[in-house]
Amino acid sequence: MIELKCHKGFGPKVEGEALVTSDDFSARYDLDRINGVFSRPAHKLHGQSYDGKILVFNTAKGGVASAWMLHEMKSRGITPKAIIFNAANTILVQGAALAGLPMVDRFEDGDVTALIQSGDHVTVDPEQGLVTITNRS
Amino acid sequence: MKLSEKERAMLAGEMGPARQWAIEHQKQVGGMFDAEDMVAVSQAHMMADPESLGEAGVAFVEQFAELSVLERKVAIPMITDPRGVDLSYYDPLGQTEEMANLERRFVAACEKLGIMMTDTCINYQTIMPPVLGDHVAYGDTGVVIYSNSVCGARSNFEGGPSALAAGLTGRTPRYGLHLDKHRQATKRYRVTEQPGELTDWGVLGATIGKQAGSYWEVPVIEGIESVPTSDEIKHFGAAMASYGSTPLFHIVGITPECHSLKDVGGEKLAAETITSEDISALRAPFGAKGEKVDVVVFAAPQLSLVEMQQVAGLCRDRRRHQDTALIVCTAPSVYADAQRMRYNDAIEAFGGKVLQGTCFYQQYAREIGEANGWKRLLSNSTKIVNILGGYGYRPALASMEDCIASAVAGEIVQ
Repeated sequence: MIELKCHKGFGPKVEGEALVTSDDFSARYDLDRINGVFSRPAHKLHGQSYDGKILVFNTAKGGVASAWMLHEMKSRGITPKAIIFNAANTILVQGAALAGLPMVDRFEDGDVTALIQSGDHVTVDPEQGLVTITNRS
Repeated sequence: MKLSEKERAMLAGEMGPARQWAIEHQKQVGGMFDAEDMVAVSQAHMMADPESLGEAGVAFVEQFAELSVLERKVAIPMITDPRGVDLSYYDPLGQTEEMANLERRFVAACEKLGIMMTDTCINYQTIMPPVLGDHVAYGDTGVVIYSNSVCGARSNFEGGPSALAAGLTGRTPRYGLHLDKHRQATKRYRVTEQPGELTDWGVLGATIGKQAGSYWEVPVIEGIESVPTSDEIKHFGAAMASYGSTPLFHIVGITPECHSLKDVGGEKLAAETITSEDISALRAPFGAKGEKVDVVVFAAPQLSLVEMQQVAGLCRDRRRHQDTALIVCTAPSVYADAQRMRYNDAIEAFGGKVLQGTCFYQQYAREIGEANGWKRLLSNSTKIVNILGGYGYRPALASMEDCIASAVAGEIVQ
């Protein structure tokens, strides 16, 4: 078990499988939201499904539309379980707050996209500011 | 977070459920960014097209529209970003009745809240530009970067829900660009070649945005020798925000918070030179000379009246190729002026279509591309070619003049 301390976020405590990239994230530019996959060819997760995953990115970028999109994705049940950033931007924070989607950022031990690996089983506890990797030590 | 008496009353639900949701939302967002308190804002601007809202987003706003007048009216002047459906022209684009109905429902709900349906991403050119030091809650990255950088206003990127919250409470959490410390330069760039027409400005902005690369970076730019026009700096900022998610830049001797490098702490930073190789590298994926073009688009940002005059001038006495469409997006207020001045007539005689109150990438771009068989898209907007790659298009970039020449030829002329 590896414990990673971060800035406190919001949303309920969740656990699931991590999907990690050093790339950035925009719900508007990067996703096919109907099929739940990364659709922008230049994105490092192109072709992968995000449904039910705990997504780990460097930061968020792009347009403000993502603020509504997480709420819309959640209403159709095709959504990540939580989103983790090295540094969130305003839009994704606002969008996650509307959607009630757990979100945390700013890790004490450095680059979270290197600390967590795709396929890791992780628990995200936004209230405590704590992410736990349960399949490794 | 420190809350005033009025804010605590809103939180307790004393001013109705809409304001209660709004202040709770702001508390949550402010907490994530360590905001100490709220700051009063003079205007809110909401990005909320039906494609991103979906049924869920429309229903969310409709629940507030059902409240009493006292509980539902916004507290400050609140305006809107482009809509997703031009209700006077959607069927021919391949947009469905379902899309139009979502739009109609959302517009009706907004009107009940007292929101002005300006439907524009160039409100700084058409509605009420903010002034130096003005705290505002704007959506649309292009609006925010222009207002912060060129007007000296203070706004974060406020997504639709947060802009709505700000409209309802008349304030926003004091974090990010509302604070002096986040307006100081963090990256310094030196430009050696002067940008010419609008697309050059867009490409330069995109190049800097891509290098700066985060919401928390503030580029300061040296070497711009003459004062750009509002349209030029509009394309520069919109592209920078699109590529880098950056909400603020300074240009030494030009933008209002940066008379000298020292004003923004730029003298402490090492300068990086933007080379002609950097510019060429940014353009490279969007060159497609000689290829058949399906649709030419002028949008993102919507066209100013001056741009409408320029496009109309290029269209006059020419006709588009039968297999190449031309779409022009502008604000409803500009559309009305362009109608009066017969710019719309010139564009439509060419075979183009002027849409009012929409912006191409915010109007179900994927679906209208599929409905019309549009793959190869040409635009003079560096912002739109960045976005539409993710929407099933193969975007290419050219100047306004070359875009029109390409629409005539049916293939990309450069």
